[in-house]
Amino acid sequence: METHVKRAATDRSTRKHTISVLVNHSFNALSRIVGLFSGRGFDIDSISFGTGQEPGLARVTITTHGDEQIIEQIAKQLHKMVDVLKVHDLTYEAFVERELALIKVNATKSTRAEIMQLVNVFRAKIIDISKESVTVEVTGSEDKITAAMGMLRQFGIIEIARTGSVALKREWQGEA
Amino acid sequence: MNQDIATINGKVNGDAPEFDTLEERREEMRGKEMTGAEIFVETLIDLQVDTVFGYPGGAVLNIYDMLFGNSKLNHILIRHEQGGTHAADGYARATGKPGVVLVTSGPGATNTVTGISTANMDSIPLVVFTGQVPSGMIGNDAFQEADIIGITRPITKHSYLVKDVNQLERVIREAFHIAATGKPGPVLVDLPKDMVKTTGIYTGNREVRLPGYKPVTRGHSSQIARAAELLSNAKRPLIYAGGGIQLGDASEELTELVEKTNIPITTTLMGLGGFPESRPQALKMLGMHGTWYANMAITECDTLLAVGARFDDRVTGKLEGFSPKSKKIHIDIDPSSISKNVEVDVPIVGNVKQVLPELTKRVRPPEIDEWWNTINRWKEEHPLQTPYSDDYITPQSLIEKISDITEGKAIMVADVGQHQMWLAQHYDFNYPRSMLSSGGLGTMGYGFPAALGAAVGNPDRTVFAVVGDGGFQMTAFELATAVQYEVPVKIAIMNNGYLGMVRQWQQLFFGKRYSHSRLKQANPDFVKLAESYGATGFRASTPKELDPILEKAMEIDNRPVVMDILIPEEENCFPMVPAGAALNEMIEGE
Repeated sequence: METHVKRAATDRSTRKHTISVLVNHSFNALSRIVGLFSGRGFDIDSISFGTGQEPGLARVTITTHGDEQIIEQIAKQLHKMVDVLKVHDLTYEAFVERELALIKVNATKSTRAEIMQLVNVFRAKIIDISKESVTVEVTGSEDKITAAMGMLRQFGIIEIARTGSVALKREWQGEA
Repeated sequence: MNQDIATINGKVNGDAPEFDTLEERREEMRGKEMTGAEIFVETLIDLQVDTVFGYPGGAVLNIYDMLFGNSKLNHILIRHEQGGTHAADGYARATGKPGVVLVTSGPGATNTVTGISTANMDSIPLVVFTGQVPSGMIGNDAFQEADIIGITRPITKHSYLVKDVNQLERVIREAFHIAATGKPGPVLVDLPKDMVKTTGIYTGNREVRLPGYKPVTRGHSSQIARAAELLSNAKRPLIYAGGGIQLGDASEELTELVEKTNIPITTTLMGLGGFPESRPQALKMLGMHGTWYANMAITECDTLLAVGARFDDRVTGKLEGFSPKSKKIHIDIDPSSISKNVEVDVPIVGNVKQVLPELTKRVRPPEIDEWWNTINRWKEEHPLQTPYSDDYITPQSLIEKISDITEGKAIMVADVGQHQMWLAQHYDFNYPRSMLSSGGLGTMGYGFPAALGAAVGNPDRTVFAVVGDGGFQMTAFELATAVQYEVPVKIAIMNNGYLGMVRQWQQLFFGKRYSHSRLKQANPDFVKLAESYGATGFRASTPKELDPILEKAMEIDNRPVVMDILIPEEENCFPMVPAGAALNEMIEGE
């Protein structure tokens, strides 16, 4: 607690945070979490909600940004909720984070080969194809997905669906 | 649990047998099949709820049928659901027990919103039961349907929609537990009509298991040691105590700390009475309308101990100018209150009642004679001003009169505005849970119904509502409730024909352009209004008229008394820290 406060006093720079929240699996809980952010003026950059390994519990992964004081408030306010069991700001430790995006892009006979090359570079997959389009599945960090979208934009993106980040703490952090 | 036997035998099922103890009753009822309405009543009785403030309607008729002739649950029929939540709030603040509200769906539920928000801002334990349309009809825009869970989500500590009659008892027990523990707050339970009609099993299982809800109570010992060290070595220490002292029933513990250390103490509006103001260490209230010396002390102190307070903007003034020279220690049960508005050096998360004795044990009295000399000089040079006149009643002297006639022992309930601040400044507060006020939300219309609830919970104490002519009219219809239940609330209307605080701001900051703040043209005759309800009405416009009506009011013990007390139209409340200014930038009067 104390170290957090000290940091808050000195660090006013904004950075991205990935917060993992274990909650009771109910829509009231999810609404309360989303309402907390909108009601107190915090930002949500992405949010994902899904069942976990334990029945009755769900994991919510939120990416947000703010200075230390704001992030500290977010964590404390989340923790206060009756439905919230654990709040983990993963940003302070090693963690793995993935997002999945489905990108439907214009693809004619003449551009299809080039798109497939790009798809290989990003270790993405083509999961649907038609005469005029392909749908690409990209998994990875937010940066990678943004980069893939950037490269595909030249062909004309028709639709995109993104999941938002899901993340877990990295267990083996290597020897010091 | 020494309960009067007669009160344990509430009538459930119409023909429930007699019981000597709650335990016996619980054992007898355990495992019985009952309707949801019966489970509801049985669980409330088991939780020792004695009073419910409610208003019937279609969705809760099954529950109301169970209340018919019920001798155990005292139901108070309020006249508007907002009045009900305020009354339950006043009951909770004055007694320490959660206030209970029962209303129907739709408009019944939405009318509770202001009262719930008021309680939420001041951390008052309420359990609000709202009827709901049958679960199969939810979402169909049914008659008297409102998504009250959604509407109240941001203003409740927690809420439940009951979807299975067999969960009803557990939900009710959890709701009371959550409302009353940790940082208290309102909990809403939405009851679809089919949940109270169908039958389920009453378990009598009192255990509450909430893995996500574990309020911290004991403070961190090394942090307490650091705090003690800071205070022991301070040259200019100050204690700033808030509503947490009342909610945590830590008045004695706080007094012991002050007695041992002789550290000066100022209280917030919510903390008034948490430390006896008759003691020499009391600097009275700080903040926007605080005393000159309290605001100077907090600006000049070198060590500030905040106890159960949350650095509200009406207390701090401009943050950059707030106590700029001090190391700050903050004891609070709510971790999210710490370093929210003001960075603190020593945070202690815990229950003030448990943390304060630890601190008192470790602290050494600091050497602060010089500091006291400074403070005493401030007190002499800038006391609170009480203007007197033989021709008219000054609001400050009115409060002093009420303070004298009640010997400082009444439960005082304020509405919101100038009168609230005059009450806070000039009444002699010496007892906890005796100054009730909507501090956080600033709800006009709160005062009178909250006083009604406080009086229902404390039949042996004098309860005074000090209100303005504006705020009183927002909930004056609860006179009917007070008359029906013979509640002897004394209502002192400070009648200046204006929304006084609005007018004061317009005078000082808007060039005396009194835009829509004058009420006088169409104020009712408050004496006749009172009499039309069957209450007693008095009027006073001079000090000579005031004394006898206060004396008469004190003698009335079976009905509300409305005192229409005319005060000067343009009297201002000082000292005042203008919005956006620092605490030492006070205006002291014309």
